[in-house]
Amino acid sequence: MVNLPEESLIVVSDLYKGFEDGEVLKNINLNIKEGDLVSLIGPSGCGKSTFLRCLNCLELLDSGYIRIGNVELSRRKGQSPDEKMIGTAHDMRSEVGMVFQSYNLFPHKTVLQNVMLAPVVVKKMNAAEAREIAMAQLEKVGLKEFAGKYPSTLSGGQSQRAAIARALAMNPMVMLYDEPTSALDPQLVGEVLQVMKALDAEGMTQIIVTHEMQFARDASDYIVFIDHGEIVEYDDGDVLFTNPKNERTRDFLRHFNGMGMAVNC
Amino acid sequence: MKMKRNVLPAIRALLALALCMSLIGPAWAVATAEEGVLRWGGDSEGGFPYMFPNPADSDELIGFEVDIVDEIAAYLGLRAEYVNNAWDNLIPGLSRGLYDIAINGLEVTPEHEEEVGFSIPYYKTFLQLAVRRDDDMGIAELEDCSGKIVGTLKESYAEMVLKELGDVKEIRTYIVEANTYEDLQNGRLHAALFDSPIAIYSAGFNPGIKFVGRPIGEITYAIALTKENRELLSEINRALVFLRDSGKLREIYDRWNLWSPMMAELFNDYSPRKVEMTRYDEWAEAHRPTLTMSGRLKRYAGFLPAFGRAAIVTLEVSVTAMAIAMILGLVLAITRVFAPAWLAAAATGFVEFMRGTPLLIQLFFIFYGLPNVGIKLSPFWAGAVGLGLNYAAYEAEIYRSGLFAIPRTQWEAALALGMTRWQAMREVMLPQAMRVVIPPITNDFISLLKDSSLVSIITMTDLTKAYGQLAATYYDYFGPGIMVALIYLVLGLPFVKFSRFAERRLAEQDTGGERGRDFNFYRSSTRWL
Repeated sequence: MVNLPEESLIVVSDLYKGFEDGEVLKNINLNIKEGDLVSLIGPSGCGKSTFLRCLNCLELLDSGYIRIGNVELSRRKGQSPDEKMIGTAHDMRSEVGMVFQSYNLFPHKTVLQNVMLAPVVVKKMNAAEAREIAMAQLEKVGLKEFAGKYPSTLSGGQSQRAAIARALAMNPMVMLYDEPTSALDPQLVGEVLQVMKALDAEGMTQIIVTHEMQFARDASDYIVFIDHGEIVEYDDGDVLFTNPKNERTRDFLRHFNGMGMAVNC
Repeated sequence: MKMKRNVLPAIRALLALALCMSLIGPAWAVATAEEGVLRWGGDSEGGFPYMFPNPADSDELIGFEVDIVDEIAAYLGLRAEYVNNAWDNLIPGLSRGLYDIAINGLEVTPEHEEEVGFSIPYYKTFLQLAVRRDDDMGIAELEDCSGKIVGTLKESYAEMVLKELGDVKEIRTYIVEANTYEDLQNGRLHAALFDSPIAIYSAGFNPGIKFVGRPIGEITYAIALTKENRELLSEINRALVFLRDSGKLREIYDRWNLWSPMMAELFNDYSPRKVEMTRYDEWAEAHRPTLTMSGRLKRYAGFLPAFGRAAIVTLEVSVTAMAIAMILGLVLAITRVFAPAWLAAAATGFVEFMRGTPLLIQLFFIFYGLPNVGIKLSPFWAGAVGLGLNYAAYEAEIYRSGLFAIPRTQWEAALALGMTRWQAMREVMLPQAMRVVIPPITNDFISLLKDSSLVSIITMTDLTKAYGQLAATYYDYFGPGIMVALIYLVLGLPFVKFSRFAERRLAEQDTGGERGRDFNFYRSSTRWL
């Protein structure tokens, strides 16, 4: 269950992150194996999104250690960020694909241009090569025929799938999803989850912040419950849902009881 | 004393400031005449009969002072080169080294003598009182103006004289002398008081008006030079003495109908007229009020080359200034957003300073002030840089608001894809910000096009200046006014078109190419609600 650091793709230890108004993440320790699909759940404001943003360094950790693949970032408490740390953060970001709740497609570019942009700009790929990769990713998410459309003409589900294709085009080691289906109409959620399941089958390592408890339970290799900035409990989906060990986990899951979740507390 | 009409007291204060600045470091101010050239400064706007565009051919500068300078240059074996400058700026321009001598009805007064050196006088005149030919108020002398309504030029010697009189019922001051005589003729005024040359050339040929009374006061004109330029001063004096004694000056004054008993006394020359007053006759002929429509249109057509040249000046200076403003504005905006705090604060300071001080002061400062610290820009570059710096402050704010109009999530999405901050800016933020800023930037450009009229105060003959010159020469502010307004409109039009086009192109992304941003949703189905 608990992976040894040396065989993990992602290692997080003693991670702290706070903002002006207090600590958001406290003493986070987590190892994730290659190919795992991990769901982060917890009440709003518990710090799960911040944790995700720390992993791709949109927020720089206050102190602690993160390793993704071979890229290691560590910071002592009070250490001010230097050139080297910023460089490492940038390297780490390029190993990680990120998908946002609000898709954040670039509205001034077509779907294809959205997907091609980073390979061309960041990896200096030539346009033909980038186009090939982009089309392959669009095909994977089922948007091949939407390549020439502008984002404003897409539905929510299509937009989110395009955003996934955009992140995949950079060939990341890990995919991070920050509530990827929260902004979607219920009937559109499925098509996005489907894409994530397909990626899981391909062996992609994925970390998902989600409120889709059913999906978390069905698809996750394991689930991490975060509350008040701490990892309260993490376990296999079925175990966590059916037999939570911690009182706070139980309280949180009870909320979903009424929504038809099979939780035995 | 010939006073300029378009001058506000504030501008005069500014000029005093500019002059003070120019006195701090007078080392550069020594006029170093280019070999064989005599550069002379004057203001041709409304400057009849001193210097003004020839009514028969508006490209040619004529006037009795032009004739005098030509004679001086010929005597000294120099080539005369004319530099136009606003009348109020003639003395600062002298210190600035724009020209070697200034001649344009500059009166020898104690205040002026403190600032510049004067040649011996070349002309002496007086104030002339004018009334309607069928006047029934019994005005024969200045003193008869008690209890009457009298018109004159704003802030002129004549106004001062009228004020000293004490009991004039009302002194009406005008900016354009022609309007004064018009009001006199149609009965709104009882009398008009002007410098004699202006009176002669404004109303001397008007059958409805007559001059009355003795000469009033004494006005002495001389050529101004910097005080350091003693060598040239003695040369000029030598030339003036020769021209006076050889009768050449007398000939000029006869031709222009400007000889008077006062001049006879000054030159000790009581002989009768030697040449015909051909120049004055031409003027009177051109201003005969019975100009037909076709004659009028023909005259307007004659303005076109002058307006064309001026339009090019306006366009050149505006486009250059806008290029400076757009580039510098972008730099400022990016500095304010991204640079270290102290640098951002400096950029903010610059923006606030440029927005918070009048463009007019900035232009004066750049043109007349900066030479003190060794920065001497040509009129074109002073104008372009002044307008450019001023508008850069506005463009910076537009860019900045454009950058912040794009949601932060776009920035994060770009960074999350592994882009550097610069790449994210270039590929994601700026292109989107561009669309937001195009309408206000176009707006600013059109505004700049009009503000460029201020460059006329630093000696450039732009559209506004050309309008002033031609309108004042022909007493016609109507036709040329419509012409110049149309030219400004036409100059701005391509930029409006471009803006519409760019907006529509960019807006197609919003809608998948269906409808541009000009789609007015306020008039959609909700208009029935």
